[in-house]
Amino acid sequence: MWSLFTSHASEFLTGFGWTILSSVIALIGSTILGLGFALLQIVPNRWANLVGKIYIEIVRNIPLLVITMFFYVVVANIFKLNGFISGTIGLTLYTSAFIAETIRAGINAVDSGQYEGGRANGMSWWETMRYIVLPQAIHLVIPPLGNQFVNLIKNSSVLAFVAGLDLMYQANMISQLTFDTFNPYIIVAIFYLMLTMPLSYYMRYLEEKNAH
Amino acid sequence: MQMKQVAGAAFSFFAAGLLMSGVTQTTVHAASSDKNETYERIQKTHKMNWGVKGDTKLMGLMNIESGKLEGFDIDMAKEITKRVDPKAKVELTQITSGTRVPMLLNGNIDSIIATMTITPEREKVVDFSEPYFNAGQSLLVKNSSDVKNIKDLDRKGARILGVQGSNSIENVKKFAPKARIVALPDYATALTALQSGQGDALTTDNGILYGMAVDNKGVKVVGGTFTTEPYGIAVDKDNPKLVKAINDAVDDMKSDGTYDKLAKKWFNDVPGMDWKEVAK
Amino acid sequence: MQDFLQAYSWVNMRFLLNGLWITIVVSVVSIAFSFVIGSILGTIRYMKIKYVSEIVGFIIDLIRNLPLLLIIFFTYFALPKVGIHFNVMISTIVAMTIFESAMLAEIVRSGIKAVPTGQLEGARANGLSFYQALWYILLPQAYKKMIPPIVSQFVSLIKDTSLATIIMLPEVTFRAQTIYAQKPAQIIPMFLMLAILYFILNFTISRVGTYIDRRMAS
Repeated sequence: MWSLFTSHASEFLTGFGWTILSSVIALIGSTILGLGFALLQIVPNRWANLVGKIYIEIVRNIPLLVITMFFYVVVANIFKLNGFISGTIGLTLYTSAFIAETIRAGINAVDSGQYEGGRANGMSWWETMRYIVLPQAIHLVIPPLGNQFVNLIKNSSVLAFVAGLDLMYQANMISQLTFDTFNPYIIVAIFYLMLTMPLSYYMRYLEEKNAH
Repeated sequence: MQMKQVAGAAFSFFAAGLLMSGVTQTTVHAASSDKNETYERIQKTHKMNWGVKGDTKLMGLMNIESGKLEGFDIDMAKEITKRVDPKAKVELTQITSGTRVPMLLNGNIDSIIATMTITPEREKVVDFSEPYFNAGQSLLVKNSSDVKNIKDLDRKGARILGVQGSNSIENVKKFAPKARIVALPDYATALTALQSGQGDALTTDNGILYGMAVDNKGVKVVGGTFTTEPYGIAVDKDNPKLVKAINDAVDDMKSDGTYDKLAKKWFNDVPGMDWKEVAK
Repeated sequence: MQDFLQAYSWVNMRFLLNGLWITIVVSVVSIAFSFVIGSILGTIRYMKIKYVSEIVGFIIDLIRNLPLLLIIFFTYFALPKVGIHFNVMISTIVAMTIFESAMLAEIVRSGIKAVPTGQLEGARANGLSFYQALWYILLPQAYKKMIPPIVSQFVSLIKDTSLATIIMLPEVTFRAQTIYAQKPAQIIPMFLMLAILYFILNFTISRVGTYIDRRMAS
């Protein structure tokens, strides 16, 4: 296994780099989008709530692969999107729906007395959210958000379907070149675990700390 | 009582699902390296499981209306099976260029007839029959493209689409080293990607490309062939009896006219293709 | 417009619906197996048996932290090396069951943990053995709380079955790709139909899940 790694080190490391890059971009993008759609669902405006709800229900119920392929073979006709970009957009949109739900649940979990107190003290809806509710909600949503990021890293393997140069793509290419269907996948498994294991253990630690 | 009914209903649902989808053929047999193991298994079980393509028109394509696979390779598989073991049932498993070799080595399929070029690298891991078809690597481009041949693609920024596990993506690196290769899982995705502008050209064997151009008015084959790609039928190593039986079967088909009949059936009406050239 | 309507011909729809049926069968069988295996593993992890719980816990964490696509590949290409030959469908079910069992084990563990400890102590005080208390008192209460996460896991499973297109499982996404590769004009209607089919299936399941959850809670 070590010799396979050393002879294809540059491919594995390139794949690792693209996987990290895609995950980080999608992480930032989906957090911003997710926060936006979470707020859209709770602002005191029925139409905004409806738009938020529809977006989340649609995106949550369709496979990531279908969303990614749609960008790769349909949207690419209009905007130039290569596999890496299509995959990262797919990941961002898909994850944003889950993040929106997580944040919304966090906001709902903040005691409603806090919100009412803010309003009673003459703060606007937005000020109450910004200074009272969100700071408390963030504390609650960090562990579930962290778990969404673990999912995001795992899901980035969808890039392999659209030649997105990520770890999984490199494993496929090396496996087909060497006719070895075992070791390339073990090596990329180790790379994935290096990213996901520490993150998910840290989130469990935070969860347990919150519970006490 | 109610629980029992629910359990019964659930069970029949699974059973019906499994049966309807034809999942009854899972086999458990030791991965042995016995000589002629595959051949003896075919003679014993009277089943020959072929790995074939489902996304390449003319060679092996899924017919949406009938739900069946059809093409030159498929017909060849059926005729060869008849001659290897007259009692054997033909089983077809859809594979891609990327999955076919592992599936053969793992024993999921008995042999591959799937637009597979005989190459020295592959001969190290599988055994091939004599060539049964002479393809050559070529290019498929959009009608609007000004790419005329492979030399036009040897520049920085050019993107060439191919399929994972095909030797075309290895070959093309020699002819256009400056271009970038975009390797997709299967030909269905690769063709759609070409039409969506994900690459300047799609490269693989002319037989496959002509098949794509038959139904798609928006694309064309250009530049002639720049390699020769003799297709072989692959079987697991250490199966001399099966290789011989397959070679004999192909020879027999060539002498009794079956081979020409099949070649004519699939390639006669394809514009730009001379079936006598490829089927030698 | 005509291309649009032609895309929904009976021939195409029958082809797609046969694929959807495979998606459903694979998902239902996998979730059923995973439910049983996940419950056992989750309970073992909860029980804190020396060494056993730690090893089981570590394996669960390993699987949960790997991409499902990798597990699908591994099941399809590595298991035959030890002499087990599956066809594509069984292989997908095995891969899904491995992955989902680990996910469900975690849900079960936190479900049991959420039951107030007084419940267990009360049952033990009334003369029930640990296993009796687990089976009659803890698990039934835990399962009630687990309905929402299990339902959303099931929805994920249905969506994730599309990843098996990489090993040529003829499920609904694979079949839509087959159609639009042969008829490029039908590409947009095919994506639309895929979205509709998945949405109807998954939305219905989520709604039924919410309904059951409410019924159980009241």
